Amino acid sequence: MKVDDIQNNWEEKLFSLLLDHKIDFLPYVPDAGHAKLIALAEKNKLLKPVVLTSEEEGVAFASGSWLGNKKSVLLMQSSGVGNCINMLSILSKCNFPFVTLITMRGEFGEFNSWQIPMGQATKKTLEAMGIIVHRATHPSDVCPLVDAALYGAFSSDQQIAILLSQRLIGKKKW
Amino acid sequence: MVDDNTLLERRNVVKKIVDHRGNAKIITGLGSPTYDVFDAGDSHSNFYLWGGMGGTAMIGLGLAMSIPDTPVIVITGDGEQLMGLGSLASIGVQKPNNLAIVVLDNGHFGETGMQKSHTSYGINLCKIAEASKFEFFFDVVSNNDLENLIEILPPVKGPIFANIKIKSQNPPRKLPILDGVELKNRFRKNLGVEPL
Repeated sequence: MKVDDIQNNWEEKLFSLLLDHKIDFLPYVPDAGHAKLIALAEKNKLLKPVVLTSEEEGVAFASGSWLGNKKSVLLMQSSGVGNCINMLSILSKCNFPFVTLITMRGEFGEFNSWQIPMGQATKKTLEAMGIIVHRATHPSDVCPLVDAALYGAFSSDQQIAILLSQRLIGKKKW
Repeated sequence: MVDDNTLLERRNVVKKIVDHRGNAKIITGLGSPTYDVFDAGDSHSNFYLWGGMGGTAMIGLGLAMSIPDTPVIVITGDGEQLMGLGSLASIGVQKPNNLAIVVLDNGHFGETGMQKSHTSYGINLCKIAEASKFEFFFDVVSNNDLENLIEILPPVKGPIFANIKIKSQNPPRKLPILDGVELKNRFRKNLGVEPL
């Protein structure tokens, strides 16, 4: 595959990867960085997007779907991690498999400084609650990291967050 | 003002619902609803929460959408549901017909010293469920109302929301196991899934 293809098509590749792993649900609070993935899921019958009012709902939803032997991947932006903190405790207490893809704000080239506090605390917050954190900075990082996370989570009950860096997503234009 | 003496008793209400569960899976909210359901009869089809306040209805939604041919009943308290109000809107978007949310509403935070909750101040959960496009939504204040609820359980034409006004009392605690991994594994095994 040409480097250009990876640069331009990582969202499509990521979507195919989710289908390959037979993910059933994509609970989400939207972010511009996830827009393409959500749009692809909306057109597809195999992977159902589930819109949430707040991110902690997605942690509970993913746990419930695993009780029913289905797989969820939670999509959110970094500010949503703060909303999840206490709900994450059910993951470690019950060892529910969990994968979340988090688009980062409050780092590379951020204009809105109000995004900085939660963006800078995202990794520490997740780790404080027992979640394994990996970061994708380059488009070619995304699929290998997500592939490994899905495998680890749904084959051995791990809880893993993949941070999609602001440099990868592209800084928001104001 | 509701006369507390004429209200239903939580353990009787929960026993009646559990006795009419059919093949339903039951998810319980932390605190008294967990004790009430355990007291009514333990089952590997029960998943008891000891934490994650505000998440019970969403666990119910995730489960209901995963096993669409099996009914799911969430039994929780007013305080727990108030913390997850947004989940009623999220359920209203998906509208799973196999999900019922049953709130045991004593108008108080019973685990923490019986402080009044929002429902004691007139906040109406049923109307929030109605506005969130639940198929059935009703307050249960009498045995007659309870019979009407039992008639549509286990849920097949939901989503159903029932707000049951109960006495504010703390019956003796009946505690299921705390081990979340065991609760998860026995629930999944009951569905025919072996632990990882």
